[in-house]
Amino acid sequence: MKDKVPTASQQAAAPVCVDVPRRISPGRLALQQLLRRKLFMFGVVVVILLVLIAVFAPLVAPHDPYGQDLKNAKASPSWSHPLGTDTLGRDTLSRLIYGARTSLIVGLIAVAMSGAIGMAMGAVAGYVGGWVQSTIMRIIDALMTLPMILLALTLAALLGGGLKNVVVALGISMIPPYARLMNAQTLSIKEKDYVASLRSMGARGNRVILSHVIPNAFPPVLAFGTMQIGFAILAEAGLSFLGIGIDPPGAAWGAMVNEGYRYLLTNPVLSLAPGLAIMITVFAFNMAGDGLRDVLDPRLRGMG
Amino acid sequence: MTGYLIRRILQAIVVLILSTFMIFAVMRWLPGDPILLYISSDTYARTTSAEEVEALRHEFGLDRSVPEQYVRWLGNALTGDLGESIFRGTTVAAEMGRALPVTIYLGFVSFIVAHLIGIPAGIISAIRRGKWLDSTITVLANIGITAPIFWVGILLVYFFSLRLGWLPVQGFTSPFDDLGKSLQQMILPVFCLALGPLAGATRTTRASMLDIVHQDYVRTAWAKGLRERRVVTKHIIKNGILPVVTLGGMAVPMILGGSVLIEMVFNIPGMGRLAVEALFTKDYAIVQGVVLVVAVMVVITNLVTDLSYGWLDPRVRIR
Repeated sequence: MKDKVPTASQQAAAPVCVDVPRRISPGRLALQQLLRRKLFMFGVVVVILLVLIAVFAPLVAPHDPYGQDLKNAKASPSWSHPLGTDTLGRDTLSRLIYGARTSLIVGLIAVAMSGAIGMAMGAVAGYVGGWVQSTIMRIIDALMTLPMILLALTLAALLGGGLKNVVVALGISMIPPYARLMNAQTLSIKEKDYVASLRSMGARGNRVILSHVIPNAFPPVLAFGTMQIGFAILAEAGLSFLGIGIDPPGAAWGAMVNEGYRYLLTNPVLSLAPGLAIMITVFAFNMAGDGLRDVLDPRLRGMG
Repeated sequence: MTGYLIRRILQAIVVLILSTFMIFAVMRWLPGDPILLYISSDTYARTTSAEEVEALRHEFGLDRSVPEQYVRWLGNALTGDLGESIFRGTTVAAEMGRALPVTIYLGFVSFIVAHLIGIPAGIISAIRRGKWLDSTITVLANIGITAPIFWVGILLVYFFSLRLGWLPVQGFTSPFDDLGKSLQQMILPVFCLALGPLAGATRTTRASMLDIVHQDYVRTAWAKGLRERRVVTKHIIKNGILPVVTLGGMAVPMILGGSVLIEMVFNIPGMGRLAVEALFTKDYAIVQGVVLVVAVMVVITNLVTDLSYGWLDPRVRIR
């Protein structure tokens, strides 16, 4: 019976059991909620696809993304080049696929960096309090006086451009929200009874922060971080559009939009395709993060 | 209230000093001698002796310590002297005087447009929660937040300028010179700049209204038989509009950041383009000037937001 597909009559009989109170574990409940959300599922599927495409780029790409073919430059879409070719005759689709690598790498590293630094700053500020907190939070405020894209642009340019410096610049520019979130979380966790009892048992500050405060504050930060990957990719695209952060001949979506802009009338795909890729990617990460937040942090449910 | 006001203003000043100093220090401590750059930019490619270099270094005050240089720069900035652009041969203040009004003008119009559309959209979305109108607005708002605005600009140029020929491709004309042309050129950039704040305004307003919809007094209002129009205007909007004030604080940096990209797409001679060009030519006096002006605008916005919030909602004042 176990392995058999239930017949129609058995399925119809099933609802009778509904009245019997059943215990559903919180994890299972969360999973059920997530599966029900179409936009969340869309986001997750797209993110997984993107990761696969980026990892297996050499297998997926129909052509060499760096291979120039000047005789075949600015070709219109065809069977061998589904999205046409750019000014140097490079296959647009292949460059788009390799561009996913650039975007994901930048997004992930920048978020990991800003997340680690920001969480540490926020946790220390919230836990220690006093002048340490004021100093840290004023530094965070100072970072927030410039719009994120302008701060990242300025830092990246001053550091000398290139992909590596863009990652560092984004990593620094994106610290503030983590620090603020973590600071608020720590302040509220600090007041909890279990922290008070830990301290009365003589636990040291760094142990309380590392083993208790951070793990308890982590779920909302995780959801936020997922969303931030999308915004990091968006900012990276902006910077590479402006011409900072590309290591030629590497492919970056923002730079591709800019290169194609000049040929917008004759060959709009060159500029419009990479832009669409950016938008779908950022949207997917945003939806995935949104869904995670609803499940991981019930207090914020219904905010978006 | 006065104590709170003074504390907030002092805090704002400290934050401004910190942020301008950070950028100042990064510029000075990074490799790349501004004096050598200055000499290499000289059109007469003459050989410069070590003594001349030192003399120039002294003239620009670059032989002092970084904090000392910063204090001097700040002192001059307070009198309106932001230094000279090495490459443009003009003062930073003059360049600012040209670029800043353009950015403020476009930014202000974008700000108004974003909230004129975004707040009503958020209210409608909240009232029609779960209906198709709400779903449509919410998805559109999510797309608006995640769309790369420089690409949206290019997409619009493709359709409205190149394909349909309705609007100019790029450029900026002062409204005082030719109002018609100025308005035509403004439509696309303003839409792009407003997109992010518009989506943000919609989402925040919707969330804030939804909070109110579930309050007991709203249920009471419905229960005593008030018409929808009255419940919505007198009970929901009146109470839910307060958090929307904080929106302004988020929209201003968003628009200023967006202008960096949009002014490049549409070739607009504003502060965003000035910053990008200065960064590429390593014209650090201009970069420092832009950083100061933008930071001042953002800090003042935050201050006004905080204070107006406290003024509008007496419950906040107690803090």
